[in-house]
Amino acid sequence: MGNKLTTSHKVLMLKAVIHLAALLPLFNLYYLAFNDLLGADPVQRVIHFTGIGAFNLLLVTLTVSPVAKRLKQGYLLQVRRLLGLYTFSYAFMHLINFLVFDLQLAWSLFFNEVLKRPYITIGMIAFILLAALAVTSVNSVKRKMGKSWQRLHNVSYLIIILVSVHFYWSVKSELLAPLFYILLTSVLLAFRYKKIKALILSIFVNKTRG
Amino acid sequence: MLIKTLKSSDLKESDITPENVYMNRRELLKGMGFLGAGVLLTNSASAKAIDWFNKDEVAQFKTTPLKYKTDANADKLILTPEHKVISHNNFYEFGAQKHQPAELSQGFKVNPWQLTIGGECDKPLTLDYDDLFKIFPLREEVRRERCVEAWSMVVPWIGFSLADLLKKVSPNSSAKYVVFETLHDPEQMPGQADRRLGGGIAYPYVEGLRIDEAMNPLTLMSVGLYGKTLPPQNGAPIRLVVPWKYGFKSIKSIVSIKLVSEQPQTTWHKLAPREYGFYANVNPNHDHPRWSQASERRITSGGLFSRNRIETLPFNGYGEEVADMYKGMNLNKYY
Repeated sequence: MGNKLTTSHKVLMLKAVIHLAALLPLFNLYYLAFNDLLGADPVQRVIHFTGIGAFNLLLVTLTVSPVAKRLKQGYLLQVRRLLGLYTFSYAFMHLINFLVFDLQLAWSLFFNEVLKRPYITIGMIAFILLAALAVTSVNSVKRKMGKSWQRLHNVSYLIIILVSVHFYWSVKSELLAPLFYILLTSVLLAFRYKKIKALILSIFVNKTRG
Repeated sequence: MLIKTLKSSDLKESDITPENVYMNRRELLKGMGFLGAGVLLTNSASAKAIDWFNKDEVAQFKTTPLKYKTDANADKLILTPEHKVISHNNFYEFGAQKHQPAELSQGFKVNPWQLTIGGECDKPLTLDYDDLFKIFPLREEVRRERCVEAWSMVVPWIGFSLADLLKKVSPNSSAKYVVFETLHDPEQMPGQADRRLGGGIAYPYVEGLRIDEAMNPLTLMSVGLYGKTLPPQNGAPIRLVVPWKYGFKSIKSIVSIKLVSEQPQTTWHKLAPREYGFYANVNPNHDHPRWSQASERRITSGGLFSRNRIETLPFNGYGEEVADMYKGMNLNKYY
């Protein structure tokens, strides 16, 4: 019983840290941006900050389960949903920054850019998939979905690959940062080599049978 | 009677947005309290406060006031605020992020400086630092600057016409193009020494113009802005300003100008020819492969909400002065 209490305390504290670590930079960011204290081009800064922030959070989210396994700290898995939801929130703000502050609600230009520019197209696909994961993260939905829930949430591996390409294609010449993120992504996916191989095989098998 | 006809490229009052918020920025910074530090490296002020890695603080580069003839339009206009012009720069020699040049260039030495003008000409010339400010009377020119990344500024440059300088060296009949080169000095320019900072472009930075473009009265050799000599992040001590072309054509900290007979290989064009053409004329009808060039964000004062997205004009609104040079050319082929 005592043990259980400490575990739930640990989870609670961890969640508090995650809330602070995710929210404080956002408040700071928008405070500075609204008051014109974020350099000469606050729009570019908020777009980049929330984009990289979303990528960082996605990486952290996908780090949880390998770390929990290795350290045999199963309770860590309980913060995955929170991390995932913050990943979605940052991605949402990334999109809002682009649409509202950069394009200033020029909707036709927005749809044009989403369809015409490959890096924006795959960024948008990644966002829609993230939204699907966020919506289905509610307990009652999860229960209703049964086995298909896990199948859907395996899409996170696809999302992180899309996000890597989105970042890589978006830069002008400074490739080192995106390459570093691709490396981190590869490491995280390598931890799941067997699972991903099985997933790909199952898709392949289903297709040939169908 | 004096009748002043405004060219369509002249800036009107309505083109500019007011500059007032930034006067309060120190107060706002103080008011920010603990949130300013630690949480986020956002601007140079808060960055400095927590820059543990910056061992020796470099003193701010000293600019000096210049004597010049003012632009008749200048006092009617409100420009992109000076602090934004000098803190938001693409100058990869001092770091590929926009805020880095202002931070990493303050120790840059511009005096002594040598600018050589040579190649296909009869009277090659070398200018020392002092010559840059004395060789011609200086004048102010308020110009729109359009970056290929789809943002823009309005800047009061000070300088002289490149045409005047080129006439001085008497180009010969083989002089069909002009090539410019930025200083190559990895000891002073950290972006040239470190690929991570320098954004992975080739150094020294090279740009070029066709001879008629170089001789156009709009093409300015700039030695100052906002009444003073250029700060390093804006290309001290001397840079090019070609206001109808994307900003990457306006090469900074120039040490060499050479008249040549063939179209030169220029830095960005060489790196990604599909994305950056040799001509690089501002053209709303020719998109960058990865983003639209039809409109732009004008950088003014104010925060997130006070940004202006405006239509981009062909030749950045200087068509009356320059469009003739491109008559009959397919501008989608020669972008």
